[in-house]
Amino acid sequence: MFERKSGILLIAGLGFFAFAFLSNAVVPMLMYRHLPEKTAEQLVNGNLRYQFEDLAQRFPQAFEKVYGVPPADPEQAAKWYDEHLAKALRLGRTVYTAEGCWHCHSQFVRPVSNEDRRWGPVAKSWEYQNELQRPVMFGTRRVGPDLSREGGRRSNDWHAVHFFDPETLSKDSPMPRYPWLFEGRPDKPNDRGLALLTYVQWLGSWHETYPYYEDYVVTPIKTAPAAEVAAE
Amino acid sequence: MTSATNSSIDGQQCPRHEDLVEDRLVLWYFVAALTFMTISMLAGILMGLQLLRHNPLPAIEVLSPGRWRMVHTNAIAYGFLANAFLGIMHWVIPRLTLRPVLSNPLSYLIFFAWQAVVLATAVGILFGQAQGVEWGETPVWIDPFALLGLLLVAINFGAPIINAPGPLYVTLWYYLAALVWTFLTYAMGNLLPEYFVCGSSAGAVGGLFIHDLVGLFVTPLGWGMMYYFVPILLKRPMWSHGLSLVGFWGLAFFYPLQGIHHFLYTPIPMFLQYGAVLSTIALEFVVLTVIVNFVGTLYGTGDLVLRNLPLRYFYTGILFYFLTCLQCALQVTLTFQALIHFTDWVVGHAHMVMFGVFSLWQLGVMTYLVPRILKTEWYNPKWCEWHYWASSGGLLVMASDLILGGLFQGWSWAALQPWDASIHLSIPFWSVRLVAGLVMFAAQILFVVNFYLTWRKSTRSFSVTVPATGAAPAFGQ
Repeated sequence: MFERKSGILLIAGLGFFAFAFLSNAVVPMLMYRHLPEKTAEQLVNGNLRYQFEDLAQRFPQAFEKVYGVPPADPEQAAKWYDEHLAKALRLGRTVYTAEGCWHCHSQFVRPVSNEDRRWGPVAKSWEYQNELQRPVMFGTRRVGPDLSREGGRRSNDWHAVHFFDPETLSKDSPMPRYPWLFEGRPDKPNDRGLALLTYVQWLGSWHETYPYYEDYVVTPIKTAPAAEVAAE
Repeated sequence: MTSATNSSIDGQQCPRHEDLVEDRLVLWYFVAALTFMTISMLAGILMGLQLLRHNPLPAIEVLSPGRWRMVHTNAIAYGFLANAFLGIMHWVIPRLTLRPVLSNPLSYLIFFAWQAVVLATAVGILFGQAQGVEWGETPVWIDPFALLGLLLVAINFGAPIINAPGPLYVTLWYYLAALVWTFLTYAMGNLLPEYFVCGSSAGAVGGLFIHDLVGLFVTPLGWGMMYYFVPILLKRPMWSHGLSLVGFWGLAFFYPLQGIHHFLYTPIPMFLQYGAVLSTIALEFVVLTVIVNFVGTLYGTGDLVLRNLPLRYFYTGILFYFLTCLQCALQVTLTFQALIHFTDWVVGHAHMVMFGVFSLWQLGVMTYLVPRILKTEWYNPKWCEWHYWASSGGLLVMASDLILGGLFQGWSWAALQPWDASIHLSIPFWSVRLVAGLVMFAAQILFVVNFYLTWRKSTRSFSVTVPATGAAPAFGQ
């Protein structure tokens, strides 16, 4: 059996692979089947809407060029913002993947190495059950800091200038410049630039403790977020 | 196995080498492999320069280091390693089974199709179409073509193996299983997390993919190659057939179970993380049996490793394999992970596996096969020596430097120092890494030049003829 073609093909080739797949991939899929996958539209929240409208105010020309003018009626305007916000999130996720951001920035906070002190609440599964985490952007290397609690920590202005030329704001940062997300100036982000700004502001915006500012005193963040309680 | 090879040399009842192996295709694969190796290393150098803030070509969209970093890994995995393996399989499988591959035209079709897939992957990534799967950034529209290519590869090479009378020699166990595993792994990793699952489950699948790509595609093809070439070069059988069996079946069982160890401390269920850690440690014992088997095979003729260059490549790779696996058994524990995950330690580990083990083995096989196929000595055997020392020496420096640097990064983060501190302390390590990388790059360029000049020499004079399979002058015994 151990040196025969059938044994190698069926037991080693297919059997062991299937066993590993069942135990390591199908088991977590079954465990999380009660957590439905959210669409980008369902991910829009108040914190994020604030940031998106803030983009419209800070970069009015760029915003109007990409998304147009919101309707005058407040109710329709709200709907209009949410729709464009969802689109921006999707495009932002594409840009984040395409530029390889995820190879230098992780998106999960571990319960070790003082990471919850540096970044905020430890990562939970429900946070990743959405279409922007398909495939998941956990990441495996941190040249720069984790980004899963980045939303709301810094202003849109800061991020725009930082994407345009990181060294202006972070001295000695090895992060590359991304001028192609702008039309020549940091206050003129193009569609991809606005989308990436939105995406970065989304990260962590679902948390009650948002925004979690970097500090080195113990912060009262241990209460379970409502969403998690509801999910479990 | 050795008797089978010998009988093919004697050539009475057995088919001649010329009827079995398409020599030209083997060479073409080597050329393609070395081309992508050059591209990949240029990408690595670009990223290395960016980290030191000396990128000579900044702020150009298609030259963005973030995109070239993905070209770096993909070109090595699918451009260098896969091409070199395919070339070597075109040599090994027909000679072991005494049967040619299924179809020669199909072989050429696969060759061109695979180059198209790898090139399209690189171009797609450079134009911003990367898929969010590590080691599988191949744009989604290329995935079906790549899968079709892998299927054709499995059919083309599977036919002679299946038709050969059993039981099979060790090499063919690894090859046969790898043909199945590679296809399954690629399909699982590129399709599931993209179209079917998200979040933590996608993370589990992504971990399996990262790990299976190394463990079920690169590792079995690599060890299959070693079980073929080492006994031939040493002119003696493997020390213990029993240990060969333990090595193969241990790898087959434990390797696929470990993927999640790439994502320890994530929200993936903790008992699955423990399982991955335990199976990883279990595999290290299996690895030990393989190492013992190869050292036992060498026992008594160790001086050959010093004198015979391809053998030296092989045993250097085996030494690095032992080191990486030992390192793996330690770093996979949660204690180590808390410190070294996300740091350059892991990057150092990856380079030691991909370059220190598998690339060195393949370069060794190229060093051995090229003179046999071109039927002439290397243009400059001294350059081959330089190639060896600069490649393995450069890798040793790079890997130890990154592993050490990773510890400091981890400590800096755990101590809650400002983020900049971890960047500043990395500068010396990144500088050494860049120099080591440049040395490794120079070595490959020297090898490519040597290859080219050897080829030119072979086409100009046919006065020196060496039997393709006999004791060739260059690096034989």
